[in-house]
Amino acid sequence: MIDRPLLSIRDLVVEFTTRRGVLRPVDGVGFDIARGEILGVVGESGAGKSMMGSAVVGLIDRPGRIASGAVLLDGEPIHRLSEEAMRRIRGRRIGMVFQDPLTSLNPLLRIGDQIVETIRTHLPVGEAEARRRAIAALDEVGIPAAARRIDSYPHEFSGGMRQRVVIALALAAEPDLVIADEPTTALDVSVQAQIIALLKRLCRERGAAVMLITHDMGVIAEATDRVAVMYAGRLAEIGPTPDVLTRPKHPYTVGLMRSTPSTLGAGGRLHQIPGSMPGLRAIPSGCAFHPRCPKAFARCDRERPDPIPTAAGAVACWLYDPEDPALSGAGEAEGTAT
Amino acid sequence: MLAFIIRRVGQAVAVLFTVGLVAFCIFRFMGDPVENLLGQEATQADREALIERLGLDDPIPVQYVRFVGNALQGEFGISYRLGRPVSELIAERLPATLELAMVSALFALVFGVLFGVYTGIRRDGVLANIVMSVSLVGVSLPTFLIGILLIWIFAVELGWLPSFGRGDTVAITENWDSVLLTASGLKSLILPGITLGLYQMTLIMRLVRSEMLEVLRTDYIRFARARGLRRQAIYFGHALKNTLVPVITVTGLQLGSIIAFAIITETVFQWPGVGLLFVNAIFFVDIPVMAAYLLLVGTVFVTINLIVDLLYFAIDPRLRFDAPGKGA
Ligand SMILES: Nc1ncnc2c1ncn2[C@@H]1O[C@H](COP(=O)(O)OP(=O)(O)OP(=O)(O)O)[C@@H](O)[C@H]1O
Ligand code: SF4
Ligand SMILES: [Mg+2]
Repeated sequence: MIDRPLLSIRDLVVEFTTRRGVLRPVDGVGFDIARGEILGVVGESGAGKSMMGSAVVGLIDRPGRIASGAVLLDGEPIHRLSEEAMRRIRGRRIGMVFQDPLTSLNPLLRIGDQIVETIRTHLPVGEAEARRRAIAALDEVGIPAAARRIDSYPHEFSGGMRQRVVIALALAAEPDLVIADEPTTALDVSVQAQIIALLKRLCRERGAAVMLITHDMGVIAEATDRVAVMYAGRLAEIGPTPDVLTRPKHPYTVGLMRSTPSTLGAGGRLHQIPGSMPGLRAIPSGCAFHPRCPKAFARCDRERPDPIPTAAGAVACWLYDPEDPALSGAGEAEGTAT
Repeated sequence: MLAFIIRRVGQAVAVLFTVGLVAFCIFRFMGDPVENLLGQEATQADREALIERLGLDDPIPVQYVRFVGNALQGEFGISYRLGRPVSELIAERLPATLELAMVSALFALVFGVLFGVYTGIRRDGVLANIVMSVSLVGVSLPTFLIGILLIWIFAVELGWLPSFGRGDTVAITENWDSVLLTASGLKSLILPGITLGLYQMTLIMRLVRSEMLEVLRTDYIRFARARGLRRQAIYFGHALKNTLVPVITVTGLQLGSIIAFAIITETVFQWPGVGLLFVNAIFFVDIPVMAAYLLLVGTVFVTINLIVDLLYFAIDPRLRFDAPGKGA
């Protein structure tokens, strides 16, 4: 019971039914996040990372919907809850941090009022106590002179400070899980590092779990325990961060590492993966990566690979099919990035 | 901020002087004031005496300055038609128009915002769509037709409400006779109030609706939802407030046009306000009354604009600071 994952996503499919057919921005993704763990989610733009994050908290815009699969929070399914039941979970048990600190705060309300409102929505505390907690929350994320700054409006803060306020808001009602969707993209490098350090510290001190969605391999290397790689709405590979970064298995992850300058031990030249990720209207048959894959073979364009368990993770690639003796282990040797 | 206010007040004064110039030109050059005042049988001596007395032989700029000076003191001359000081006539009629305009504006604002929020939130709801369709009628029918329709239904057919006049009045102050305190007065306010405010109501409603739809798409509303705030808090505490700046702008302007358009409603309902006074003045080419009315409406517009500008500061904290402070 204690090892039960805090969040468990099972075979999640998000569908948009449009006039020109059904789109699946998330197509059969599954993984767990444990308490106190930071899980990174990477993938090219359009891979479905944000959509997956929104699906977890039930904030997919119409006409999108969770078509199948499950989201379990602490073992309880939450993907079919009523809007009101889901509302009680948002903010209280799952906090969400979005990319843009400049637009995430209501410009007309004092930040203190926004935090107090969030606290009082979820916790049975009075105005004075909520305000005390709001100051503590601002203090915790490193806002100097929090007691004075609490009555400021969003525009009175710099971008980095605003992102801290956003994080304080997401954490105000002390959620167990934080989904941070590119929380540092809009910030400069030094502020980025501070925000990442902040998330790590909160995770360590509170035992909260974090799903950290990002493009940035440096952030992944720096902050995460495990990393999930998404491609075209599917999970390509998942595993402990050092393994995935230094010994990627999936040919897509290999390509991604080669095209990232900041990855550990990347001494050689940068390689670009040929081609680009397919649009949702033209997902290739079989393995969605096969048109770009240097290792593709006969089976790849016909059959879709499901994630295959590995020592510490999983990889969705036919090269690792244990039932195919001719191939077993072949990809592993080749996959090492140096 | 202070600089902004001073600039706006300066602009307001400039606009008023321009309106004053137009009013003066009407006064001075439309028709011949001497002819109008004396009639056909006056002698040449009479005419010269009057020109002398009115200062019509002075240079035009001097006349303009005198006109403005008089206007500032509320002096607009004598009505050709009624032979009484224009200022007196207007003071007598103004309460009726102001009460009507106020009731209409309140009606427009309250129902406009309510319907706007509702149709914005329930974008695809059946009732919301019905309200939207009906509102199209409100925008496209001319005011007088709406007035006549209302009279026909509620006064003629149903006989619930009076079709004209102000009903009983009670003197609140020496020269303010109010209908707001008597039953028959309030009853007689309903139809003209709705007639005058309907167009503005639909306008405000459509504006609030489109602003709501816009705001509900923003990141901070998404973030508010992600924090699990209650619907009412999101709709009214976060979204509605962010629609207020444009809504106040338009409402302010519409309040001005409510007073201006009161002419039509007052005519249809024989409402004894300044609008009706103005219409009668037009028929009789009663130039002083027309000039005064023009200035009055101009003043109302400019004043409302000024108030609207100041309200922005109350709503949007970003405007209150001349230089935005930065976090440490
Ligand atoms: N409302 C929508 N209707 C249809 N498709 C959508 C909608 N919103 C997003 N998509 C599509 O869903 C796919 C996944 O989008 P998503 O935003 O999750 O990608 P992402 O991995 O977060 O990318 P990025 O790194 O750019 O944020 C994209 O192909 C996008 O075009
Ligand atoms: S399944 Fe085939 S195409 Fe897909 S990644 Fe593996 S080798 Fe490449
Ligand atoms: Mg995204």
